[in-house]
Amino acid sequence: MDFTAEISSGVAPSWRHRHLLGVEDLTGEEITLVLDLAEALQKATDAGRTKLSLLKGRTIANLFFENSTRTRNSFSLAAKRLGADTVEFSSSGSSVSKGETFIDTAKTIEAMGVDAVVVRHATPGTPHLLSRHLEGSIVNAGDGPHEHPTQGLLDLCTIRQQRGSLKGLTVALVGDIAHSRTARSNIWGLLKLGAKPIVCGPATLVSKRWEQLGVEVAHSLDAILPRCDVLNLLRIQFERQSTRPFPSVHEYALLYAMTNERMLRSKQDILIMAPGPINRGVELTPEVADGPHSVILKQVTNGIAIRMAVLWLLLGQKENGL
Amino acid sequence: MKSRITLNEQSSDNHWLIENVRWIDPKAGTDRVGRLHIVDGAIGGMDTLDGDLPKNINCYDGTGLIGGPGWIDLATELGEPGREEDETLETGLKSALAGGFTSVVSSANTLPAIDTPASVQFIQQKAARTALAKVHVLGCVSKGRGGEELAEIGSLVEAGVVALSDAPSPIDSNALLKRALEYCSMFDKVILDHPEVTSLSYRGVMHEDMTQLILGLAPMPAESEDLATSRDIRLVEATGGRLHLLGISTAGSVELCRRAKSREEPLTVGISIANLHCIDEQLRSFDSNCKINPPMRSQIHVDACREGLADGTIDIISTGHRPCSLEKKMQELDAAPFGMVGLETAVGQIVTHVIQPGLLNWIGVFQKMSSRPASLLKIPGGSLAKGQPADLVLINPIERWTVDAPRMMTKAYNTPLHGTDLSGRAIATFVNGFLKFQST
Repeated sequence: MDFTAEISSGVAPSWRHRHLLGVEDLTGEEITLVLDLAEALQKATDAGRTKLSLLKGRTIANLFFENSTRTRNSFSLAAKRLGADTVEFSSSGSSVSKGETFIDTAKTIEAMGVDAVVVRHATPGTPHLLSRHLEGSIVNAGDGPHEHPTQGLLDLCTIRQQRGSLKGLTVALVGDIAHSRTARSNIWGLLKLGAKPIVCGPATLVSKRWEQLGVEVAHSLDAILPRCDVLNLLRIQFERQSTRPFPSVHEYALLYAMTNERMLRSKQDILIMAPGPINRGVELTPEVADGPHSVILKQVTNGIAIRMAVLWLLLGQKENGL
Repeated sequence: MKSRITLNEQSSDNHWLIENVRWIDPKAGTDRVGRLHIVDGAIGGMDTLDGDLPKNINCYDGTGLIGGPGWIDLATELGEPGREEDETLETGLKSALAGGFTSVVSSANTLPAIDTPASVQFIQQKAARTALAKVHVLGCVSKGRGGEELAEIGSLVEAGVVALSDAPSPIDSNALLKRALEYCSMFDKVILDHPEVTSLSYRGVMHEDMTQLILGLAPMPAESEDLATSRDIRLVEATGGRLHLLGISTAGSVELCRRAKSREEPLTVGISIANLHCIDEQLRSFDSNCKINPPMRSQIHVDACREGLADGTIDIISTGHRPCSLEKKMQELDAAPFGMVGLETAVGQIVTHVIQPGLLNWIGVFQKMSSRPASLLKIPGGSLAKGQPADLVLINPIERWTVDAPRMMTKAYNTPLHGTDLSGRAIATFVNGFLKFQST
């Protein structure tokens, strides 16, 4: 059986989404499906089939209204490795300043004949808005502090790869939870796969309300450190904060930066993750970022596989008549 | 269906006998079926004997309808001057009539803002030329609604403004509000304030709570409103000035107002209809029509507001009519302006969310929609007494209908209620005895 048929028969029937707007919308089974498919695709590309033809003839637009290098390149590579063509659109500044509404911009790009639009925007809900106005599939590549589903999925993928399963693992998301889309996508995924998420950071950035979802809330990293199987160190989103939520970067690092000293008080097999871009010396020290527990670069590699899986699930199905 | 109207060719257009209506007179506190006649645009009386009626008169059979003094809306945005892409006086006033409103109090947030006698006269004259609903004009509290120095309030009063307001902006400066309350007391004019401390709701899009936490939209915390309400009450107390809180939406505000009223402070309290039934979870749709200010709060706040309405803490309900053109609302949520239209859905919202759940009876509703706004602004209306201008609304309280936003009279039709079912609709609206609107 060739690879296309192999994965098509296995996974396609249980996928029912036209868009990927958030991890919140997925069931635990669907998340597992994406992770399984990502692993299969990774094996396929590792085995020398670096360029597959699963999405040959399809065009995917990257519509980025916010700066991004890694996510955009990751989506581009994912599309190319599936044989799809890509068109790149980026815009700094809002659509308003350009004198064109955001939806018009998106419609224009779609009119060029694209099958899916990967969109990043500073405002929550923008991909949802697009999904109501465009015909094609929408992939949310980050909508303000709301969700960044492929990042969440690749984080889950990385943990599962290292540990076999997420069930029962204690995973701390550390840092600017209030402004982090990665945190939100991770929280949904971790809850659905049976892990125990903790959100940890200054009280100005970590709301007590998270407890209502069954998430543990902590403000002292040192207090939770010995219990954590995974630390996901989120970037401080200076650009999204209207008033400074902590006195200084120095004080933040003192309380929350992952250092060699803190590593000594952690579990021996702790995993250190960061969605990047990382602020070395703020969220973690270079020794930790580059140390043996760090899986930061594995996250990047897995990101491509996850995005391939997502694009194929959204677009490959039409070919199969689904 | 048989026509309700029998025209008499000899009759003036503003002579009417309206029969078989359940009449609500909020001022007299009466609720009874009867007939009311209109002579020369004024209310002639109730249940007048046939012999005492004018010989030639048009008849309106209002069987099954509820009638009462026309509704009066506070701080309605009518678009002119300067925001004609959102609304014009003509479309706004047609919308008002279709919603059962015989008077609207035009908001001062036009471009330019209403801070000179000339701008007041512009609205008065242009509104009069439309010959639709009546318009009463709000003037600015501060020059250009800038929130810094007092507008020429004396001149504005001379030109005919009925009250002063910087709404939808709050008066952020404590000193300015204190001064304005003192200054306006010379003219016995009320200030309509939108309670919000903007440093706490800066760039906010929605109510701060669980839904906001999940969606990651910028927060508008309840305490932003609570603090402003508390400050407003304290300054009313200190100055003895007259203040109306235009739209409260939090449990904290309701409680603060309840306590202030028990001390008999000269304070009146208003609410937008949406804040009586819309909740923050509706933002899960990311529909920019749900972006309003005061924001849709969580259920606990909505419940507190409903309680405040029922127990009399809240005096006046307004529509919060804030038209925003489609192109503005098509923007992403951060950029889209606040606002929803409300005139044409008001009766339906009130019947569905206030009358049917038993929050208020019809006398209570007509008080909040008609007699209280009239007495707040000291304008005619809100009563069925003989000699009052015949500004009347007839309502079918049981008609079920589905909101079809693009078909509304208002120019912009930004409403989160599109596609929802409501009970109750305005059937006919009379202004000065002229039948200005009838439902088709």
